[in-house]
Amino acid sequence: MECQIYLSEQPLDGNEVFRFLQTPASGGMVVFTGTVRDHFENKKVIRLEFEAYQAMAVKEMERLAAICAEKWPCHRIAIHHRTGVLQVGEIPVIIGVSCTHRREAFAACQFLIDTLKESIPIWKKEVFQDGSHWVSAHP
Amino acid sequence: MKTQSAEKLAIRILAFGIAKDILEDNVIWMEIKPGSKVSDLKEVLLEEFPDFEKLRYVRFAINESYVDDDHVISQDDEIAIIPPVSGG
Repeated sequence: MECQIYLSEQPLDGNEVFRFLQTPASGGMVVFTGTVRDHFENKKVIRLEFEAYQAMAVKEMERLAAICAEKWPCHRIAIHHRTGVLQVGEIPVIIGVSCTHRREAFAACQFLIDTLKESIPIWKKEVFQDGSHWVSAHP
Repeated sequence: MKTQSAEKLAIRILAFGIAKDILEDNVIWMEIKPGSKVSDLKEVLLEEFPDFEKLRYVRFAINESYVDDDHVISQDDEIAIIPPVSGG
């Protein structure tokens, strides 16, 4: 398994993920894209601010890819995440997996995004017109 | 009794996300007894900054890896408070 981990303030490029995932043996490729949405409950979101514990986040993303490859036979795994200020409609995360068949590619991709949200040291603040909050900080 | 036991270690702690807001800084220094565990540090921190009690959880990382409560802290460890994460 080869993986490509990317964490920076630069805009993410879905085409780069597709190019990376392609191998002659890969019959199924699944790419998940997260997008900044314009509301939280009934409040209008102006922008998101992402912060990461950069060195640890990259290490944890590499570890996550390795754990995923033990569970499913992945050819390639891409985990790209942005930091900094993002506007509504921009892409903070792209996860991609290529496998021989689609079934394991779907399962692996779902595992990667779900586990990323639970364990990678990245934080997002939602900014509203009249304030802000750190997402999921409180019960 | 060894004189060493009376000494304290000055440790540097990194803070991110809401932890940074609670501490009003991205780095703080604290004094702990030699041999202190992560659970001891957590206790002191929660006592001094009760706002941490309101969070879903508070985890710690040492040298860029998650650690358990019984991990013993060394002087030159890079310690970070990891409040509830929310990437993606």
